[in-house]
This record gives sequence, structure tokens and C-alpha cells, in this order.
Amino acid sequence: MIPKRTFDAVIVGGGGAGLRAALQLAEADLKVAVISKVFPTRSHTVSAQGGITSALGNVSDDNWHWHMYDTVKGSDYLGDQDAIEYMCRNAPTAVYELEHMGLPFSRLPNGKIYQRPFGGQSQNYGGAQAIRTCAAADRTGHALLHTLYQRNIAARTQFFEEFFATDLIRDEAGSILGVVALEIETGQAWLFESRATLLATGGACRIFRHSTNAHINTGDGLGMVLRAGLPLEDMEFWQFHPTGIPEVGSLITEGVRGEGGYLLNKDGEKFMERYAPNAKDLASRDVVSRAIAQEILAGRGCGPHGDFVYLKIDHIGADKVKERLPGIRELSMQFAGVDPCVAPMPVTPTAHYMMGGIPTNMHGQVVAPVKYGPEEPVPGLYAVGECACVSVHGANRLGGNSLLDLVVFGRAAGLHMIDFLRENPIPANLPEQQVDKAMARLARWDKKTGTETVAGLRTDMQRIMQDHCGVYRREDLLKEGIAKLDQVEARLPDAALSDHSKMFNTVRLEALELENLIPIARATLVSALARTESRGAHTREDFPKRDDGQWLRHTLYTRENDQLDYKPVRLKPLTVETFQPKERTY
Amino acid sequence: MKFRIYRYDPESGAAPRMQDYELDYDPKGKKVLDALIAIKDTLDESLSFRRSCREGVCGSDGVNVNGTNVLACITALEDLKEPVEIRPLPRLGVIRDLIVDMEQFYQHYRAVKPYLINLDPEPENERLQSPAERAELDGLWECILCGCCTTSCPSFWWNPEKFLGPAALMQGYRFIADSRDQATDERLDFLEDPYRLFRCHGIMNCVEVCPKGLNPTAAIGKIKTLLVKRAL
Repeated sequence: MIPKRTFDAVIVGGGGAGLRAALQLAEADLKVAVISKVFPTRSHTVSAQGGITSALGNVSDDNWHWHMYDTVKGSDYLGDQDAIEYMCRNAPTAVYELEHMGLPFSRLPNGKIYQRPFGGQSQNYGGAQAIRTCAAADRTGHALLHTLYQRNIAARTQFFEEFFATDLIRDEAGSILGVVALEIETGQAWLFESRATLLATGGACRIFRHSTNAHINTGDGLGMVLRAGLPLEDMEFWQFHPTGIPEVGSLITEGVRGEGGYLLNKDGEKFMERYAPNAKDLASRDVVSRAIAQEILAGRGCGPHGDFVYLKIDHIGADKVKERLPGIRELSMQFAGVDPCVAPMPVTPTAHYMMGGIPTNMHGQVVAPVKYGPEEPVPGLYAVGECACVSVHGANRLGGNSLLDLVVFGRAAGLHMIDFLRENPIPANLPEQQVDKAMARLARWDKKTGTETVAGLRTDMQRIMQDHCGVYRREDLLKEGIAKLDQVEARLPDAALSDHSKMFNTVRLEALELENLIPIARATLVSALARTESRGAHTREDFPKRDDGQWLRHTLYTRENDQLDYKPVRLKPLTVETFQPKERTY
Repeated sequence: MKFRIYRYDPESGAAPRMQDYELDYDPKGKKVLDALIAIKDTLDESLSFRRSCREGVCGSDGVNVNGTNVLACITALEDLKEPVEIRPLPRLGVIRDLIVDMEQFYQHYRAVKPYLINLDPEPENERLQSPAERAELDGLWECILCGCCTTSCPSFWWNPEKFLGPAALMQGYRFIADSRDQATDERLDFLEDPYRLFRCHGIMNCVEVCPKGLNPTAAIGKIKTLLVKRAL
């Protein structure tokens, strides 16, 4: 048996969601451990740029109900309206709380928090553009992550930095009793026993060849959940951000358009006016990404290969660009060789965010159709942030709602865990054979001979997803993608490492990450093939219309036999009237 | 392209060495991190380094390239003299290859209490802060804790346990400079020490290497000014 550490609660992941939940637990004097495969401030939350959306009304007249309407509409009506109400209602409190923690928000002349317009935001249920996204220049994620880490230092949260969680321990009754994690520096495996386990492992856009995501975004929590026999929800919905730097993938924030930037095709036309006459460049991200893809397909792309469009911002003046978008200027100069103060930046739709994930309710409890209903809590298991599907983003996330999701549901999960721990003071007996199973999976990579490499398989998987499951999808493309991914999976047992050292063996980590990525890619393809409609970010050329009669429901994918189940969308909010599905135009 | 990379395998018992690699590679538009990944993926899986965001914001991949501390992910290959010599950040213990033990660096960071201290009851909304007050934080809060500055500082090389180093000192000043913080005196008391603060002799290596273009020496200067003012 491997060495064991025991905590009240274990949090896997040190990004915004994990740190917010950790803070709640640590301040309640519980014994909490945060396991993170990187030092917390290296988590991908740090890359968030534009801001955190909250109807503070500091600039334009605003209220949370309008924010809720926009979020429901943005989700193409697939978002659960109870969770959306909870998030939008709690948004102002969540942002004020961050300010009180010390987050260095940019400020308005009257000293209040600076807000900028973002895509899909309206006043009065679809009226004039709202100005709702709170920002710390264009480094809001950095400010948020560092602030939360700093508060956790003050709260004396216990961190296990550079520990890589590999598997959940689930007993026969279905309860989660902890996780197995590798101490990266030594290669030692540890058992972390806990009465409550929270997954906050972030996104998984590394299934794609081009993505805005960090190298570390390999969906480790999703892999753990699938291996534990639990489902993933709505995995066909991946957001392609309209403005990534071509080839490199780095994100150019929607805040550029919020500050007055606009897109141009090779004829110098502001083409968004044709696709979204009202919201124009600030339409929802799925709408703008499809418009750019259409322009490129129609031969109106820019550059020698016509494979990108331009994003222009120099007309607002160099001083404003430097003050409000300093990080974007750096990125653009470093990775596109363009100073946005003087010339337009090349951009193209790039995989950015996973709307689907581990199904949870609005307390962060992981829910699954275990015996009695579609949303039965899995005892002891929670998930929040991008790895979770609560579902507030539905088929398409609005910009600025991700950072909000992290802190609102990080706090909610923390609160629920405190209650759960109080009601369940005695740890259950931990089944040792489950630990053995997790260890056997690790031992598999001790194999010395094989014909395949981790990097080779990863590249092939990423190409398949890029070519077969991008902005536009089609039955034949998806089927071919699944067949190709079958081949990659069939080659996986032939993969071996050439480095079998224990200490800081990063290729072993990459192998374990690949074992998380491949099933996620598969869940995506299978879920996308089944959904014969277009909704939000899931666009089927062969089924171009939304079909509420058949498809106003969430997908649940389970790994065994690629099983698909469905559950209804929660259309009833907590206190207000339902926003009925209607045609979505911007 | 030719590379010479520092290798250290803690399990072999062998001394650290430099290893040569040659990549058939067009460096145009590529960064040092791209090359490290290409070497790992195609030539040598055992080459070890940290990386995360690959766009200069997470601070994982501070390394020493041709004698200068940089972030590998934003350092263009085209401009570099060959063989490109890549070593771990100086002065910290090496765990393996390009991976250093950052614990000392993080301890100094935690020591400055890098969090807002304000004991007033929390208002219902945000605390107000004028744009001018907020501007005092610019050039401070953007630090990504990569360690390039601190490990380039001779004062840190001489007294790594006692001198806090430019990164931690700048974060100390970030809270002193925040109009919402109420612990200036307590913070200055802690910093008023011949080693923690006053080992900084204004050598300014930190300013030269900071990949975010920040100026720790100026921040340290402001702490010293505050201490002088307080003494008068």
C-alpha cells in the first residue's frame, strides 16, 4: 500500500475555481489540501484577459436579470436557468468580494470598478449594448488568480504543488473517498484520503491542434471521472474563440472589440455588419467565429493563404491601447509581429473553451444517473470551473462569464462541502483494490519496448480533432474522425517511454495526460455525431437549424460502449419566469 | 539549429553536463520553448523543463539562454547565437535539467505578506480607489513570479536565505502602494533590515531581465524613500 495523507477535503486543481473553494474551506477551519500539477499561479486562469461579467451598473444602467437573459440567450437555451439565475444574481457580491480581497481592478474616474462592453451583452432583454465586464486592464485572470492565491496564503491553505492526481477512489456504494496522486519531484505515489473531493482541473482544449489553451489543459479531472464510470455532459460543445493568433493560438481578448476594435476582411470590409446588423463585432462568440469562417471559405480571408482576417484597434489611439490593452499589445508584437497601435492584428477562430464537462448541480455536487434519476449526487464528489458542466454556459459561453463561474460556484461548492463534511464526520473504509487498480495504470508505463511515442499519438489525435470536429461539423467528417481516433486508440498499447526515471519525469506525465485527452476527444466526437441539429457552438452543416423539439436536452456520455443518455434542460429558474426559447439573432 | 543544454539526472549520481542537440528546424517565428518541445518530442524524451501557458503570462519557463535569464516561450530563436546555450536559472538548486527548486523564492514571496491588509468592516459595494491611486500599482501587480529577476541578482547570489530579492520586494511594495492597504508601518518594520531589503545595491540586473518590462529597482527605491521619510 502506498503512503497515505488524510484531509477533510481535497481539491484537485489550483486555478481560480479550486482556490476560491479552498479559501471557503480553509476559512471554515477545515483541513483542506490543494493538489496542483503546477504552482498555483501557473494555472490557466492566469491567461484570462478581458474580465469578469457582473451587472454592477457602474457605466451603463444594468441589473442581474438582464445579465441572466443574455446568458440564457447566449447559451442558445441549453443552459440550466436555475444555475444561471444563481450565477447572475450572485455576480455583484462575487465581484465586490474579489475587490475586498485586494484584486487590482481598473477604475473609473469616480473610483468605482471599470467595466467594458463584451459580446452578447444587452440592456433591457435584448436592447442596447450593456457595459458589464469588470476588468483589471487586459490581465483580469492574472489579477484574479494571484489575488486568490494570496488570500490562500493568508488563510494558510495547505498546498501540494507539483502533485499530479491520477485517479479517484470510489467504493462499491459509489462514494468518492479520495484520490491517488503522483509527487512529481520524487515520482512517489500518494493516497489522499478525504471525505469530500473537489475537481477543479480546468479545460481540455489540448485535444485540438490549435488552441488558446495552456499546455497543461489536458482535462485530467474529466479523464478521472470517465475512468470512475461516471458520465460527461454536453461534450459536443466547444467554443472557438473568434480571435486567436493564427498558428500560435494565443488569445486576443474580446475586450479589443469591446474597446472599439472591429474585424476586416481582405477587401477592408467591416463584414460583421452583414452577419449581426445590431451587435456587429460584439455578437456572441459562436456567431462571430462562424462569420469569420464563412469569410475565409468565401475567399475573403487575408494573407497569402487567405486563412485569417484582421482585427483593427489602432483608431482608438496608441495611448488608449497601451492603457487598456497592454497585454494584448505584448502578445501581438511577440507572436504576430504586429504592433496593434499602428496596424491590424491577424486573427482566426481558435478552440478556446469547453462548455461541457463533469455534470454538477448548482452546489457543485457531481450528479449522475446512478439509480433513481438523472441528477443523483455522487457522494463525496464535487466539480467546479471549466471542468464542470453546471450548466451555465449551455451551447455557447459569453465572454466574461468564465471567471464569474469560477468564483460563484467555487464559493457555492465550498459552502456545500462544509455542510456535507459536518453531516458526514466519519470517513468510510477505503477499498484497497481500487488503489491497486490506479497503481496498475501507472505501472503500465514502466514497459520498456514499444513502437509508438506519446508525442506522436498526441499529434495525431490533435490533427483528427482539428480536421474533423472544428467550427463546422458534418456526419461523414465526424464518422471518419471516430474511425481515425479508433486507430490512435488501438496504437496506444504499443506506446512506450524511453525515460523511466522517477524524479520529475515529465514524459510520464505527458503519457498520463494523453490517457485523459483521448477519451475526451472520443466523447466529443460521439456526442457531436449524435446531435443532429445546430445549437450554439455546435454547427452541423447537414443540420443547420436548431431543433428544440428533439434536442432541447443535455447529452450524457459514458465511456463503456460509448453510451449516450440524455436529460432535460432545467428551464425553470429559482424565482423568476422562464426565458422561453426563441430565435437567436444579434 | 544547434543547441547546448544543461543536463542533470539526480538518479544517476553523475555530475551535471552540457549536451548538444541539433534540430532540423526553421527558426522563423519560433521561440526557445518551441525548440525545447521539439527536442523532447523528436530527439530526447528525457529532457525536462517546466512549461504551461506558452505566452509569457504564467512564469513557468524561466531559464538562462546564452547567459541571460529569459522566459523560453517568448524568446525568439532567430535572434540567438548558435549553439544556443540553455541552462537552468542561476543560484537555485537544480532538481533536474532545467527545473530548479523555487521554494526559497516562494518563501521570500510569502514573507512579505503578499495580500491586502485592511481591518475596516467591508463596505456593501467596492472600496473606492481613484484612477491615480490605482495607477500607483501599475508596473507592480503584473509580476508573474518567474524568478528571472531574483536569480539574476548578485545580492541574492551572495545571501539567498536572507535577502528577499527583487521579486518579493516589489510585491511587498505593491501592497504598500495600494491605497486600500492599512499595514504600511508593519510592512516597513519587516523590511527595515540590513539583509532583507538593504542588500539591494541598485545593480539593476533585475530591470534588465524582467520579461514583463517591470522595474523592481524603482520599487525597492520607493521602499527606501519611505523608510527615510519615516525616520525623519
